[in-house]
Amino acid sequence: MGKGTSIGRVRGLGPAHHGAHHWLVQRFTAVGNLLLVMWFVASLILLPNLGYGAVSKWLSQPAAAVAMVLLIISTFWHARLGLQVLAEDYIHTTGNKFAILLLLNFAAIGGGAFGVFCVVRLALGAA
Amino acid sequence: MHNRNNAMAQRPLSPHLQIWKWGPHMLVSILHRITGDGLAFAGLGVLLWWLGALASGPEAYENFVGWMWADWSALEWSGAAIVHSALKIVLKLVLIGLSWSFFTHLCSGLRHFVMDMGAGYELDLNRFWSIASPIIAIILTSAFWMLLLFR
Repeated sequence: MGKGTSIGRVRGLGPAHHGAHHWLVQRFTAVGNLLLVMWFVASLILLPNLGYGAVSKWLSQPAAAVAMVLLIISTFWHARLGLQVLAEDYIHTTGNKFAILLLLNFAAIGGGAFGVFCVVRLALGAA
Repeated sequence: MHNRNNAMAQRPLSPHLQIWKWGPHMLVSILHRITGDGLAFAGLGVLLWWLGALASGPEAYENFVGWMWADWSALEWSGAAIVHSALKIVLKLVLIGLSWSFFTHLCSGLRHFVMDMGAGYELDLNRFWSIASPIIAIILTSAFWMLLLFR
């Protein structure tokens, strides 16, 4: 293992076997988004109207609430992976990239947690 | 990367966006990124606002609908209300734009799935689907709004 260039420092270490992980999870969540958002789009069309009564009654049902929770997790995860690639493509300073990825993780997990909590609150009848 | 030190700053940069002749493949590629980022920022934001309003009760939900999908007849065009009315029209366009973004990202995403499997790289076929995906997306967006508004 050399000490010079970045390629020299890793040459000969072999693969870490994590290379395809980000790519694969982006595809897994993409299939999840495909199914769940199509369900969401179909539900919006099939609801009698989009007023508070009809929507809250629909989203309080166990199946719809669980699907919405899954939709939130899948879309936020997918968005987090996609925005990571955006940051990696356009932000070239190591420190800034670290800061942006930190904020991205906070925003994705925080936003997802808020969405899930809202669905649970509605479904369990506190609203 | 290129300003890490002077020696690297002097190296030639690869030709950038503006010197290439635009093709449908480039359009569908950048559309995938733009619509994905739009959905990530604005789409998930609106989704959370909607869910938060639902969880907060009828009044908060009415407030959400009043901003995102205001009644045309309720818009006022005098005094300071003009700013609010203009913003409400912008938000309508944002919501329509988000639905278009979703269907565009969906179609170009499906195109990516096919190419991930190693298929669809023949020049004519690849060109065909890079033109077809954004067009199919516009048709799906129109169908969605027609079904939604005229049910």
